[in-house]
Amino acid sequence: MGNPAMKVYTEADQLSYPISERAPLVLGGNDFHGVTEVVTGLVERKPNWKWWAALAASLAMLSVYGISVAWLVWQGTGVWGLNNPVFWGWAIVNFVFWVGIGHAGTLISAVLFLFRQKWRTGINRAAEAMTLFAVACALSFPTIHVGRIWLLYYAAPLPNQMAAWPNFRSPLVWDFFAVSIYGTVSLLFWYTGLIPDLATVRDRARTKYRRMIYGFFALGWRGSNRHWQNYEVAYGILAGLATPLVLSVHSIVSFDFATSQVPGWHTTIFPPYFVAGAIFSGFGMVLTLLVPSRKWFGLEDVVTIRHLDNMAKIILLTGSIVGYAYGMEFFIAWYSGNPYEQFAFVNRAFGPYAWAYWIMLGCNVITPQVFWFKWCRTTPWFLFIISIFVNIGMWFERFVIVVTTLAQDFMVSAWDYYSPTIVDWGCFIGSFGLFCTLYTLFVRFVPQVAMAEVKSVMKVADPHHPAWEHAESVAAPATDEGASVAPPAAPDGGETAPDVPPSEEGAE
Amino acid sequence: MADDKLYGVLAEFTDPAALFTACEQVRDQGFKNWDAHTPYPVHGLDGAMGMKPSSVPWIALVSGLSGAAGGFLLQTWVSVSAWPLVISGKPLFAWQAFVPVTFECGVLAAALGALIGMLFLNRLPMHYNPLFSSARFEAASDDRFFISIEASDPSFDAEQTGSFLEGLGASHVELVKE
Repeated sequence: MGNPAMKVYTEADQLSYPISERAPLVLGGNDFHGVTEVVTGLVERKPNWKWWAALAASLAMLSVYGISVAWLVWQGTGVWGLNNPVFWGWAIVNFVFWVGIGHAGTLISAVLFLFRQKWRTGINRAAEAMTLFAVACALSFPTIHVGRIWLLYYAAPLPNQMAAWPNFRSPLVWDFFAVSIYGTVSLLFWYTGLIPDLATVRDRARTKYRRMIYGFFALGWRGSNRHWQNYEVAYGILAGLATPLVLSVHSIVSFDFATSQVPGWHTTIFPPYFVAGAIFSGFGMVLTLLVPSRKWFGLEDVVTIRHLDNMAKIILLTGSIVGYAYGMEFFIAWYSGNPYEQFAFVNRAFGPYAWAYWIMLGCNVITPQVFWFKWCRTTPWFLFIISIFVNIGMWFERFVIVVTTLAQDFMVSAWDYYSPTIVDWGCFIGSFGLFCTLYTLFVRFVPQVAMAEVKSVMKVADPHHPAWEHAESVAAPATDEGASVAPPAAPDGGETAPDVPPSEEGAE
Repeated sequence: MADDKLYGVLAEFTDPAALFTACEQVRDQGFKNWDAHTPYPVHGLDGAMGMKPSSVPWIALVSGLSGAAGGFLLQTWVSVSAWPLVISGKPLFAWQAFVPVTFECGVLAAALGALIGMLFLNRLPMHYNPLFSSARFEAASDDRFFISIEASDPSFDAEQTGSFLEGLGASHVELVKE
């Protein structure tokens, strides 16, 4: 810090920046070294008691998961509240809930990368980690819901003693491929982004084992521009691949429902509606995690209020799309003239599960509308509250889709009411334990913000930025062509041009 | 130490602008075995170094297409030949139903191809490099910018190359042993 080349931007500057120009993404006068200090400091300092308390609480919840799953595997799926029409209960609700949350990470990383939304760099690492952990939770539910989990390999195309193979015309097999490949590609994408930052941690490590462990995973990265070239191309390709992948995954999850014949499930609106809902819930969870962690870990200069503002806008947009889909479902049911379809939707809103439907509608459609107001989008504690509503609403959306549809289908004689048991609760709460444990370990051992990427979007990252004008004229003889290229006009008027190059501080 | 083989010369720059113009100069001097080291990808430096476009896209394309073809053939073989089951009256070769898994297999193979291809072209993982013996080089992943010119370059000369880099505005120049 204290680099004379840097203009010190504050939160107020950022929020009042002219809309025609790119607002600064790093505040508080941090230079490149400042970003390194802020982010790697978190993995270098000894954790305080709060971190240990968070880990202990997470592990306690995780042990609830362990006990519930062990009991489930020992006894069979009868320990859940499943009954005759409702063969898919909370396990599938939780699966779709977690997969949906897992979509925002890739959306932030890939889609915003392709659209050159530079603000993604402040939040993409945490969002991708969230994706991985959410997908891990999601994958655990189809695994345990088969009951006899040692037979799960039936879903994979493996040669076996029965000479039996999966039925590739079934959406459940597509789902097996889609979600496991999504998890794998998300991991590759996350790790690729991590390589330069692991090298930073390695280079600052002062103990042997730190150096060895981070060095091992950094793969010998040395910031070579010949490497950066291939790296950036590979990263762009991964982003280009992840974008259709993320759209395909939740579409395929929705095929699990849409290709069935049950009224309320058998609709063509499901793929786009599921994808919008997934992005909505994922951004909700990103806010739930980042609003407290930017405060606790002192990341407010890197994960700025503008990042939160942008996320709130995406929540408003996707929440409205979800609201439109809810309305359109009713329109399609009415316009189809199909009495079963019509009954399914009237029953959702006014039947025995009406309470769930209205919780869903209130949380997903009504509460996000507050984000039309700037105060609501730029007040962290308020954003956190709304993000909790989004999480609750999206869980209930999946509950409404899965349970209300199955509980009352065609024949009145086949109807029943589904209620969860304590083991259902244990699996649900326990999956948060898995998620929180992984996230707690992540914030301790992995750089939480993509440092190299944040540095690359700072205004001074551009070698032609006016802040470097002086340095450039010293460095290059007048005969050189490159030096005679005029630097682009400074958005901040060029008053930032320093008289001396940045100080030598921090070179030791 | 004196009889250790020389790896090359390492020059440190404090800002990206100085590095950028210095790279243009090194390029124009006709050096071949040299590199720039930066904490983040500096925009436009590829051109300043006179580098050719990356071939990672071709690796990703070929592996992606192979993955998609492999996925499609697997599904066709399983459904038509290995385990021909008639389900809901659908044809055995129901290619429309094979689209999702074909797509997913293609994406998986292309992603692996992009990452492994990138590592292969960069000769990574390579946990040792002579540059790591320089204490100053640790800042290459923090806030400093470096140019390294290897002794194996035909135009390399320990004395002249060092002073050439100093003249380009390097804040510090050192020799690195093998």
